[in-house]
Amino acid sequence: MNLSELKEGQTATVVRVGGEGPFRRRLLEMGFLQGTQVYVEKYAPLKDPLELILKGYHVSLRVDEAARVQVENIQGKRT
Amino acid sequence: MPSKPITVALAGNPNSGKSTIFNNLTGTRQKVGNWPGVTVEKKEGHVTTNGYRLTIVDLPGTYSLTAYTIEEIVARNFVLDEKPDVVVDILDASNLERNLYLATQLRELDTKVIFVLNMADLAGHRGVKIDGDKLSELLDVPVVFTVGNRNKGTQDLLKTIISVAEADIELPRTRRVYYGKEIEKAIGELSEFMRAKVGGRLPYNIRWIAIKLLEKDRIVKDQILQAAGSDGEAILDEAEKKRARLRDFFDEEPEIVMTDHRYGFVAGIIKEALKTISTERVDVSRQIDQVLTNRLLGLPIFVFFIWAMFQLTFSLGAYPMNWIDTGVGWLGQAIGGWLPESIFQDLIVNGMVAGVGSVIIFLPNILILFFCIALFEDTGYMARAAFLMDKVMHLIGLHGKSFIPMLMGFGCNVPAIMATRTLESEKDRILTILINPLMSCSARLPVYILLAGTFFGAKAGNAIFSIYALGIVLAILVGRVFRSTVLTGKVAPFVMELPPYRAPMLRGLLIHMWDRSKLFLKKMGGVILVGSVVIWFLSAFPRQVEFSRNYDAEVAGVSAQYRARITEAQGETRKELVRKRQEAFSAIDSQRARERVERSYIGRLGKWLAPVFSPVGMDWRGSVAVLTGFVAKEIVVSTMGVLYAGGTHEDEKSEALKSALKRSGMTPLAAYAMMAFVLIYVPCVATIAAIRRETNSWKWTLFSITYSTCLAWLVAFIIYQGGKLIGLA
Repeated sequence: MNLSELKEGQTATVVRVGGEGPFRRRLLEMGFLQGTQVYVEKYAPLKDPLELILKGYHVSLRVDEAARVQVENIQGKRT
Repeated sequence: MPSKPITVALAGNPNSGKSTIFNNLTGTRQKVGNWPGVTVEKKEGHVTTNGYRLTIVDLPGTYSLTAYTIEEIVARNFVLDEKPDVVVDILDASNLERNLYLATQLRELDTKVIFVLNMADLAGHRGVKIDGDKLSELLDVPVVFTVGNRNKGTQDLLKTIISVAEADIELPRTRRVYYGKEIEKAIGELSEFMRAKVGGRLPYNIRWIAIKLLEKDRIVKDQILQAAGSDGEAILDEAEKKRARLRDFFDEEPEIVMTDHRYGFVAGIIKEALKTISTERVDVSRQIDQVLTNRLLGLPIFVFFIWAMFQLTFSLGAYPMNWIDTGVGWLGQAIGGWLPESIFQDLIVNGMVAGVGSVIIFLPNILILFFCIALFEDTGYMARAAFLMDKVMHLIGLHGKSFIPMLMGFGCNVPAIMATRTLESEKDRILTILINPLMSCSARLPVYILLAGTFFGAKAGNAIFSIYALGIVLAILVGRVFRSTVLTGKVAPFVMELPPYRAPMLRGLLIHMWDRSKLFLKKMGGVILVGSVVIWFLSAFPRQVEFSRNYDAEVAGVSAQYRARITEAQGETRKELVRKRQEAFSAIDSQRARERVERSYIGRLGKWLAPVFSPVGMDWRGSVAVLTGFVAKEIVVSTMGVLYAGGTHEDEKSEALKSALKRSGMTPLAAYAMMAFVLIYVPCVATIAAIRRETNSWKWTLFSITYSTCLAWLVAFIIYQGGKLIGLA
């Protein structure tokens, strides 16, 4: 499953960041490491980008970027 | 005794409170400019204390020190090449883990580092306690606590900077990131290889170079080739072999594994130095965001803020604008009265004072606009605005943050282009600058009002609206075209932090606002002065015009004709005669003024260019008007006033000018084509100066001028000829 499939209020654990070199590296540097918990805070009013909380801070990603982040162990409400 | 110089570089993540610390250290003694060759803002300040003169350089805020963004390269090169005495790394205490990532990279460079734990009070509120001594011990680096927005810890920091700069300490060799057995082996072997090959010829710390080569850092690769020549090739080959081996071993790019190890190292530190004292976190920012980026309320609130910004800018700004306008007018008259009538007086009054006055009048708007922008930025709302608008801006291949500069363009392109400094990616910045003039600024409105009011009657509003819409549509198209041609490359990933909201500091806001306004005054002032003088020269010369008619004789004739009759007449008839004589005089004056412009250099230029403009429906008068609009677009109206109606003080509401335009043979279609042309063609000289400054390149400036003029012609051509084809003319 990937991060963009998560709903607001769900938490998941990062498995792997895909995509190209610089993008992957940037995401890793921002803390999207294997095993990191990511919480989906909300989607923007136009449904893109989305706001995430990880490592105690808030960050936003575009939906197609979040689609490259593989996650597992999804928790939280399914609406 | 002269004070001893110390150079200090301030590094840190964006939003770590770096600029607040910088302001606290340097006060208002700061200089804002650009880093050489790039458009990244460079801030430098000085402070003299205890017999030392500290030069403090604010490095661009970065999350890392790779070679992927221009900001990171700038920050890294400064530390490597300028070798500051001390690097101060500002860490946001409430977000320590990610902030320490950059810290681990700074410590790999050969430099003395101090860590500043900023906003530790906020971390306390968030239920986190940091053990500074532990952190200092674990990383082998002095740690200072500060609270930037309350100016706490500044003196401590200054003292630490001086003592570290003076101390003859060993650079930390231990307590560094351990990259695991395989990678460490590769680092060791590559270092040995380099040492054996080129020894002392390498510019930086060998371990660091080895790490960077294993990470495939393109800048370091180039530097190695430069420093070591053919041996450099051998080194790069060796590094590539090691990379391939590591890639096989980990089934992953080495730089990714290394990033992981750095975070692992950070996690170890966090575990020991950070205590979570309560799990009850009060995240005020999050609560604010439940309203400000709310699914339903977010956009309306954003629109309201923008509306309020424009209201403030243009309604509050209107008062000082009037004062400046009056002041400039008064100054012109005073100088005009004081200097004897001469070419020199004309140059000062009509060239310099009027030209600079026409731009300086925007200063109040610019101050207010920049104050609002500073407020958005310093509170953290700017990131939310980008979050809300990214989807829309992404259509053009731009980042959400480009929205604000684009919107400001409707007011005035000059501050809008200057506001692109808030964009992190250089390509985004250049693209935003290039399409910004398509946002129809307020100076173009008088031209539309005149033309639409004359030719479209009750539908004038629709015509003007459609011109604004045309600008937006073109911006989208042009943006997409540029994205896929001249500004290719990937759109910067939208990995954007949404920092906690912070109460802005008035001093910070004012410094922010003034820095930018100063740029406007200084640089724009110079270029505009030159531009105004050039246009003045072109329209005032040659002085001796061979008129087709002898106007002086005509004036004399008229006066002779009326003199006798006026002396004879009485009462009403006499008044009537005086009025008629006045009319005859003005008719001659208008003719003379028109012919003077027609025969001036700019008039000749206009006539010479007439064949270029005729396919888009403009005669030579239109082309002259458009040429003078180069100084400021409003001037198009006054030039048309002179050329069509012969009056020197016509504005967009002048009935005389309107009827003269109708008589001139201009069709509504031609008028609409001209409106489109005025929308698109070369922005005014102030905008060009802003483009030159902000892109830091004549190439992009010339590109902007060329593309906009060609596009203007093309669009006007399509409108005019297309309209004629379907029978609109």
